[in-house]
Amino acid sequence: MPTSEIRTPLPGTFYRKPAPDQPAYKEPGDQVAKGDVIGLVEVMKSFHEIRSDVDGVVKAFLAENEDPISPGQVLVEVET
Amino acid sequence: MPVKVNTAGLATTIQDLGRPGYYHLGIPIGGAMDRLALRAANLLVGNGENAAALEAVFMGPELEFTEDATVAVTGGELPPKLDGEPRETWTSFRVKSGQVLSFDYLRAGARAYIAISGGIATPPALGSRSTYAIGALGGVGGRAIQPGDALPLGPQDEATAEGRSLPADLRRAPGNPAELRVLPGLYWHRITEASGRNFFTDSWKVAPEADRMGYRFQGGRALEFVDREPPFGAGSDPSNITDACYPYGSIQVPSGAEPIVLHRDAVSGGGYFMLGTVISADMDFIGQLQPHTETKFVKVNMHTALAARRSRAQTLDQIRAALS
Repeated sequence: MPTSEIRTPLPGTFYRKPAPDQPAYKEPGDQVAKGDVIGLVEVMKSFHEIRSDVDGVVKAFLAENEDPISPGQVLVEVET
Repeated sequence: MPVKVNTAGLATTIQDLGRPGYYHLGIPIGGAMDRLALRAANLLVGNGENAAALEAVFMGPELEFTEDATVAVTGGELPPKLDGEPRETWTSFRVKSGQVLSFDYLRAGARAYIAISGGIATPPALGSRSTYAIGALGGVGGRAIQPGDALPLGPQDEATAEGRSLPADLRRAPGNPAELRVLPGLYWHRITEASGRNFFTDSWKVAPEADRMGYRFQGGRALEFVDREPPFGAGSDPSNITDACYPYGSIQVPSGAEPIVLHRDAVSGGGYFMLGTVISADMDFIGQLQPHTETKFVKVNMHTALAARRSRAQTLDQIRAALS
């Protein structure tokens, strides 16, 4: 199956869940639809949702919760 | 004929060299975080150095042109694309009416300056077009640009040649790790000798909260304060002082934990002690630091600070000579 990459346009801190006491948006193996939120980036005192631009199944997260990230870095691989 | 904003980026603002003269009233100078990069972008497209341009932080906008113009992108490495075709940074290029300017992922730095021939001609507020979002001054209605905005351009003198480029050695950028030179200040005596040494030997990292008002750093050891009786008007926290003026570049350390360097959109006063001040020659570098960038503070004296200021002024003269 072809693999698609979801990248962050922003630097900052990556979060996989909407709040510390809540489950992750997506886990490997989950279905993902175009427009689904896969994580948050915290930068400049605000949180920005990162959304999938493809339909498919989450293959792997290449950035973990609270990882520092840079623009263009791949966050998630999605099998489409 | 305006430039249409299709997408706005993260917090893309109109900035010129700012509005000096109102800081005593609490209105900061504002303007480009990286002033040399703004000046260079304007010179590349034939504008005056103080013309208003776009400051894009971390990601670029998408702009649609409705008249021919010359464009240059300087500062952080945010590669421009014209109708999807790559263009060079720090180099002027022609844009035809109907073409769309967009950007690739940021490769280095934090803020790019997008200058357009004629300059952006939004109405000035207190003598400047700079956007001061906290005070709703300047820019487009006092805010960052938004999709659907139409940015008016000033009259263009003549078509500026494309392909003008600033030599690489005149493109000033912070190193990695970044080094920021600091002159210890009036309140230096408030911390212990050991804390003073630690501040300059520790490695710091830019915190994600860093913005136009201030850059916060984390990762170094907490400061220890010298015991005292709190002076009149200061709180009980040892990092508090009787309210004082905050210079641009001053470093406050609330509760001794995380240093904050005030930048162009600074508040003008308050009750935190200030360790010292980042020298003026290094302020542009701060605007190019991404979150998590490793940073060292380097102690300097006034002699070194003034020499660095002269050296930066010479670089500006060389930029002017290269682009005249």
